[in-house]
Amino acid sequence: MLATILKRLLGAVPNLIGVVIVTFLLTRALPGDPAAFFAGPAGTAEAVEQIRVKLGLDKPLFEQFFLYVRDLAHGDWGNSLATGQPVLTELTTRLPASLELTLVGLVVAVVVAIPLGILAATRPGSWIDHLCRAVATAGVSLPTFFTGLLLAYVFYFLLGWAPSPLGRLDPYLTSPPHVTGFYLIDSLLARDLEVFVSAAKQLLLPALTLALFVLAPLARMTRAAMLGVLSADYIRTARAAGLSGSTVLFTYAFRNALLPVMTTLGMVFSFLLGSNVLVEKVFAWPGIGSFAIEALVASDYAPVQGFVLTMALLYVFLNLAIDIAYGIVDPRMRLHA
Amino acid sequence: MKLYPLPKTLLLSACMALMAGPTTSAHAQDRRMETLVVANETGPNMLDIHGVGANRPSYGVAWLVYDRLMTYGKKKMPDGTSSYDYTKLEPELAVSWEVAKDGMSVVFKLRTDAKFHDGTPVTAKDVKWSYDRALAMGGFPTFQMKAGSLEKPEQFEAIDDQTFKVTFLRKDKMSLPNMAVPVASIYNSTLAKKHATASDPWAATWLKNNTAGGGAYKVASYKPGQEIVYERYDEWKSGPLPKLRRIIQREVPSAGNRRALLSKGDIDITFEMPPKDFAEMAQEKSNVKVASTPIENSMWYVGMLSNKPPFDNPKVRQAVAHVLPYDKIMANALYGRAVPLFGAKKPVSGTEWPTATAYATDVAKARALMAEAGQSAGFATTISFDLGQGTVSEPMAVLIQEALAQINIKTTINKVPGSNWRAALLKKDMPLIINRFGGWLNYPEYFFFWTYHGQNAVFNTMSYQNPEMDKLIESARFEPDSKKYAQMVKGFIDIAYTNVPRIPVAQPMMDVAMRRNVQGYTYWFHLQPDYRQMYKQ
Repeated sequence: MLATILKRLLGAVPNLIGVVIVTFLLTRALPGDPAAFFAGPAGTAEAVEQIRVKLGLDKPLFEQFFLYVRDLAHGDWGNSLATGQPVLTELTTRLPASLELTLVGLVVAVVVAIPLGILAATRPGSWIDHLCRAVATAGVSLPTFFTGLLLAYVFYFLLGWAPSPLGRLDPYLTSPPHVTGFYLIDSLLARDLEVFVSAAKQLLLPALTLALFVLAPLARMTRAAMLGVLSADYIRTARAAGLSGSTVLFTYAFRNALLPVMTTLGMVFSFLLGSNVLVEKVFAWPGIGSFAIEALVASDYAPVQGFVLTMALLYVFLNLAIDIAYGIVDPRMRLHA
Repeated sequence: MKLYPLPKTLLLSACMALMAGPTTSAHAQDRRMETLVVANETGPNMLDIHGVGANRPSYGVAWLVYDRLMTYGKKKMPDGTSSYDYTKLEPELAVSWEVAKDGMSVVFKLRTDAKFHDGTPVTAKDVKWSYDRALAMGGFPTFQMKAGSLEKPEQFEAIDDQTFKVTFLRKDKMSLPNMAVPVASIYNSTLAKKHATASDPWAATWLKNNTAGGGAYKVASYKPGQEIVYERYDEWKSGPLPKLRRIIQREVPSAGNRRALLSKGDIDITFEMPPKDFAEMAQEKSNVKVASTPIENSMWYVGMLSNKPPFDNPKVRQAVAHVLPYDKIMANALYGRAVPLFGAKKPVSGTEWPTATAYATDVAKARALMAEAGQSAGFATTISFDLGQGTVSEPMAVLIQEALAQINIKTTINKVPGSNWRAALLKKDMPLIINRFGGWLNYPEYFFFWTYHGQNAVFNTMSYQNPEMDKLIESARFEPDSKKYAQMVKGFIDIAYTNVPRIPVAQPMMDVAMRRNVQGYTYWFHLQPDYRQMYKQ
């Protein structure tokens, strides 16, 4: 098993090298001139030149690339010009915020979508099947920023049930000491209940927004997979053998239907992580999505490269995790060394 | 990692607390009265105004966390709002100053009781170090210092701990006022030097995330891209002790949410909103008020590239100036949140700036001018604008496109993303642009130096060249006689408005929306609220 994992990780190295080269070239090919952008409001051509030299952007491209790779090898991901911080610090503080939000959103979605999908599959054509279809259609067709704004308007502005969309914590509280970067966990570790409650409340609406969006593919996939499995011969055999309804449904049918659902889950997760920029914007969530977009707007090279590299690393690990999980669910899919 | 066992009761009470509504104790109430919560689109990207790429919100950090030798006085505006007064300099770190009889130097006496946040006394050596730093850091701080003829380290001299002397290179009326702008902040040189390295002698890296100031507020926490929290420095001596103990400034990118937060009372103050929101909030009779002040020395304008056809012909430019739909732009792009700079009944008289042009929408006259220029058949061109300012520029571009079609100028609209805008301006090849420019120091010749002078700075977006005008601008800057000065100013405004390489449209407003109980807001040229003077009722 360990050997397999190592092999897989080694296999990802060429991909990562490719990512480093391509993002470097792509960021350089972006229109826009960071030196001009950062020269400030009174930037004369002379000031722009000064800044270009200061940023090392006057050097030839291959030399810039060489310096970038050398720094990267030393664990230096460069500095973000827009926030003035080292990219690595930015990413390590912002990634937990995105991960926490995405994971909570995903858990909510799974908790709702899978039962809904199963129910819809066992009772095709019933009201619950129609409900499943309606929820799925609505969830997919409403863009996240719209659902986000709508939820904030209804639950915060009109009803006053949800807390203010002001980021991860109530402004009067201070964040818990950094251990994992997940406020829900860190606040419990620090035994600070007030912060835990505030962090959980702040998570409610953005997580719900994300959940609504991914509900659709999950519920539809569960329903389709369950429908396929339920009409299979071995289910008929199991039923004929007199196994109880729930044993047939969960032990035989659901376990077999889980594979496509897990694939979807993996895809949805990576998709969410990179693309919840809009939700982050609406709820002032300090995640990596909004960080990357801001960097892109400012032609701020280092954070864009850092972001793409982080996402690539995440994908590598995520794919690995899903492959391992496949093996657990279905012994036939075990990784072969 | 070791996980602590989690008692069940803890989880249970967490769930209960989640369901229960917010509780506010008397203590929390007090804390709220002395805390100001600000939400804005962007926060400071560093804590050092001298740093490369320091953004506008970082000017606000410099203003609160650092002191200057002097600051500006305040004045009441006709509409009852309060504004800084650039004609009045008042003591901050300096108790007094004296300009030499020949006008070629000034000597400051520093406060004896002023201490930096770490307890080190403030001395003239710190002032010298800070000014030297502003010159050495390059880019914006250096250029800003130069705007006041502060160009060489030899000009600054620490005579003793409490005495600081600046020798002038030339008589420049902007020298003294320029020492009261955020760039001229005084740094704790002892502390900063501890963090300096051979490759970074001015501690630029350390000061990005740390402060070495002695201003009214200390930075309690700074998370770039999220929030900055200020705490009052109780030993501050350079002015009356601020009433607010704590200022929390959060970044909330969505303007709609900021408006909701403000009207629900979850934040106390916000700015940087689309004009439409301000217009609506100002009309609503609610617990939100809007303070509006025209931004000095600033304007929305239409610029035409005047060194290339077709806009090298002044007649064509005048035709455009006569066809712009000024009233529609005021109503549908700016929502009335601006001062019109068109349709003046009288010609330019005084040195007041910005001042309105005599142009007004008159299609017949525009057609006649196009005919005189031999351009009755018209031509095709592009209108460019900065997408970063799209909330105003985009409707403006559409209205202008429609209007120009009346004199057979066919236009396509070119939206330039914010990151490319500055680079696009530097290239100076956009024939027709919509833009906004403002100068910090409120002098017309300062504005013209950047925007019309033949040195062709970035902001002379029209590449306008006129030696006669250059001469007027240069001599006005150093002219001691007020009558002659007024004539020069009138002279270059006349040339600018007759030849119209840029057509002034409107002077933007600085709008700040706040809860009714927030008091003491003052307009400042750097456009950041001065929280030292604000309080909650």
